[in-house]
Amino acid sequence: MINSMDVTLNGRARNLQTDDDRTLLWVLRTHLALTGTKYGCGEGICGACTVVVDGAAVRSCKASLKTVAGKSVVTIEGLAQKGALHPLQQAFIDHGAFQCGYCTAGMLLTASVFLKENPRTTRDAIVSHMAHNLCRCGAHQRIVDAIEAVSLQGGALS
Amino acid sequence: MNDGTGLDRRTFPERVGGGIAVLVTSGPGLLHAQAAAHLYPEDFNAYLVIGQNGRVTVFSGKIEMGQGVMTSQAQMVAEELGVSIAAIDMVLGDTDRCPWDMGTFGSLSTRMFGPALRAAAAQARLELPTLAGQRLGAAADQLEVKDGRVAVRGEPGRRVSFGTLSQGAAITHVLDGKALLRGVSEFTVMGTSAVRLDATEKVTGEALYTADIRVPGMLYARILRPPTHGATLTYLDASGAARLQGVTVVQRDGLVAVLHAQPDGAPVALAGLAADWKLPPPGLDPDTIFEHILQASGAPKEIVRRGDVAAARAGAQQVFESTYEKGYVAHAALETHAALAELKDGRMTVCASTQMPFPTRDRIAKALGMSGSNVHVITPLLGGGFGGKSADGQAIEAARLAQITGKPVQVAWTREEEFFNDTFDPASVVKVASAIDRNGRLTLWDYSVFAAGERAATTFYSVPNARIRTAGRTSYGTQAEGASVHPFAVGSWRGPGANMNVFAIESQIDIMASAAGVDPLKFRLRNLDDARMRRVLQAVAAAFGWQAAAAPSGRGVGLACVIDAGTYVATMAEVKVDASSGKVTVMRIVCAQDMGIVVNPEGAKMQIEGGLTMGLGYTLAEELRFHGGEILDRNFDSYEIPRFGWIPRVEAVLVKNDDVAPEGGGEPAITTTGAVIANAVFDATGVRQYRFPLPPSRSGGMPLMETLERRQSQREFAPDSLPEQTLSDLLWAAGGINRREHGGRTSPSALNAQEALIYMAMPQGLFLYDPVHHQLQLGIASDVRRVTGNQDFVDNAPLDIVYVADHTRMKPVPAAQRSPCAFATAGAMMQNVYLYCASTGLSTVIRAWFDRDALSKAMGLVPDHQLMLCQTVGFAATGKPA
Repeated sequence: MINSMDVTLNGRARNLQTDDDRTLLWVLRTHLALTGTKYGCGEGICGACTVVVDGAAVRSCKASLKTVAGKSVVTIEGLAQKGALHPLQQAFIDHGAFQCGYCTAGMLLTASVFLKENPRTTRDAIVSHMAHNLCRCGAHQRIVDAIEAVSLQGGALS
Repeated sequence: MNDGTGLDRRTFPERVGGGIAVLVTSGPGLLHAQAAAHLYPEDFNAYLVIGQNGRVTVFSGKIEMGQGVMTSQAQMVAEELGVSIAAIDMVLGDTDRCPWDMGTFGSLSTRMFGPALRAAAAQARLELPTLAGQRLGAAADQLEVKDGRVAVRGEPGRRVSFGTLSQGAAITHVLDGKALLRGVSEFTVMGTSAVRLDATEKVTGEALYTADIRVPGMLYARILRPPTHGATLTYLDASGAARLQGVTVVQRDGLVAVLHAQPDGAPVALAGLAADWKLPPPGLDPDTIFEHILQASGAPKEIVRRGDVAAARAGAQQVFESTYEKGYVAHAALETHAALAELKDGRMTVCASTQMPFPTRDRIAKALGMSGSNVHVITPLLGGGFGGKSADGQAIEAARLAQITGKPVQVAWTREEEFFNDTFDPASVVKVASAIDRNGRLTLWDYSVFAAGERAATTFYSVPNARIRTAGRTSYGTQAEGASVHPFAVGSWRGPGANMNVFAIESQIDIMASAAGVDPLKFRLRNLDDARMRRVLQAVAAAFGWQAAAAPSGRGVGLACVIDAGTYVATMAEVKVDASSGKVTVMRIVCAQDMGIVVNPEGAKMQIEGGLTMGLGYTLAEELRFHGGEILDRNFDSYEIPRFGWIPRVEAVLVKNDDVAPEGGGEPAITTTGAVIANAVFDATGVRQYRFPLPPSRSGGMPLMETLERRQSQREFAPDSLPEQTLSDLLWAAGGINRREHGGRTSPSALNAQEALIYMAMPQGLFLYDPVHHQLQLGIASDVRRVTGNQDFVDNAPLDIVYVADHTRMKPVPAAQRSPCAFATAGAMMQNVYLYCASTGLSTVIRAWFDRDALSKAMGLVPDHQLMLCQTVGFAATGKPA
């Protein structure tokens, strides 16, 4: 059934006319043409579909659209601000923190939420927090390096 | 050989819009071995075109799957042509536009295609001064090519840009092999760590993978899959699906699919298909497979024979005989197989995640009964391949559905389909007999590999009497090949066969070094003449800080080396092995690699680090569970791939060797991971491991009667969280697997239904125990401890275990008996936890009286999941035990 729903998407107010029982991941990828959010496992295990909802990292493959009604949703397409890469995006490039790039959006958004809450953190805390995002290319060490580098910059995120 | 698009060299320039093109041809003496082997045959497509805007477009049949060839190939062209890498646009894996290519696999892109591409760029560089000479009024030999311009030497003001030279030109040059490649001393672009060309698009989400591509009117398909490989469809009623709005049902020649305008509409339609299947008889499992492989592989083929193996065996003081085994391993790329096919004006265009665009084109053409020239395959970025996307079933499925429906169709496999349809790294066996003399020199090497193939099977150690044999499949194609040995499809998996061969060879070398009482590095150097390998071993030893000692030294350090894809690799690792659980933690890996000339050092290091990290999976955890043709692992909940918490410090050292052309880089390092860790585990524990993944060993705890004396309920808990090792042991005690050969567990269940789910409610969230992989999966990231009981201590204690019965697993048990049986299982588990707690000094109490509705809701349980018991565990309130 088609419903009308308001949501703030990547900082812009949007009105959506679609069935709000649909899965957020597929609405993003089709209705909203935001294909940076990836399908990886469909069960919330791998983290490739992670988006930020009201400041929290959410697995969009397990969230229905109605759970984000009236909320703010940020996808990978909304992480850079006014054309300037987010410090984590730049750090991922500088540290070579991806190969195939398929898990990267989920890694970046998960890390961005974590660093927002813990601007100065430790390597162990990063490793622990990223435990439920999967990467098959083996870029883990460089991902942790990149997140740690941004953490060491401290206030860069505030 | 090439069924191309019918271009010829006269019409080609028009097609690319003018400019200067360098075409491929297989003239005499050209393209070295590739042409002779017909790997790059005559073809009227271009390697590169210099456009009128001065930009250089490079066409390569290779694909980018994360390994970085988009960037390294651009570097090669920039170097040889004399332009900035920023002036280059790459077109990869497009069968209409790129020269024919056999596929991206085997670490071949740089060492086999690289020289051809460099030659094309060098050819253009050679031709440009001739074109420029007239304009500049200077002889060609007075000109130099640099930064995208041709200038008169010594007069930088007299110059003309590539773009200007291209204007109005419709010129093609055919490779004639006269151009010389630049030397290492001249390099300005090759040998530098250029930033990946795909870097920015990959961090902004703009990078397009196959499933991201959408066209108007496209349909999303889901395909009916059998429950097991080898099952046949006996009944199908599609009326339920056909009744749904917007659903198209296709049934043709064994292909049953539902299509919908939304990707999330198709699965609903799939559920509307009612199907019955005839199942094949029960078959092999992970324990019977190895004997089967030995029997079914057929007579071994001898690939190396020297000296007298029988005499060496008879004369040996001691013969070391070993059998090594490894199970099936999934590719598990994060991007599943995807394709989008569209039939237009008699031509089928297919975007596909494939490692083999040209063979995929030919397979689609064959399946559709079309000419190859009417099929166009385009390969966007791949979200990982690792050999798994050399199989392209999804592309054929999409093309067939597009042909049948006349609409553009996307087939993107779900994760479950990806596991089911994977071409797994085959289970394999190696048998080896070897011997050494009194001086610790190899005298005998009798080696047979079954089902892994011969890659890295030949030894580089100096041994006078050697026989090396292979049996079973030694090379892999696509799905279903090899089915006589394996119960499902197998195929190439990053470093195919070499992971197994290096495990067996390097373990066996270590066994003999230990028996001789010699340091493993010294033992290898004593038995090696190969100067490159000696140099690489010495390089890794220096970087690691290797201290000579015979194994087992108790330190947990190990070594392994290989020559693979022309590259020399030596790796050292340090591990810790938990004494009570046997759990292996890898602390550090250092890898030295001589890969000849390095095109992009940072890119090469990423491949080394990535390979070693990925290799931790098959070494420590990955083994596909199956029963006959039924694939039991269908997602990442039960099939565990390396996670952040496993990753040691990984260090890559590039050993400079500019005397050798660039060699392979994507695969060699991973092939040492298993062996180096197995050797380090032996050094730590003195226990030799002969099978991957490495199993944990168990010891510890107090005698049973003493434990029973201490068993009691306690209701006061300290808030301190429990150490990870304690959680691990406690879960194993409750319901872990203690007889891996048939999945037997530490607590009984009626008809072995194994219906009990063990949840762990902790402050950081609710976790579900996965006994197969002995790990926790995050269920929900909120604290539900309070809901597990009414007592005050449930808030304070660090852990509440919640036992839940999954009734869907109890179908063989009569319905009326399910609940009592499930309570008995949970009761056995809770008593195991009591005994574990008594043995280790923890406090625990069982609770059966709690608000079942509230807890079910908080945990998000489905109706088939029945709450059984809750059990609180923690340190005693008086403090942690000493």
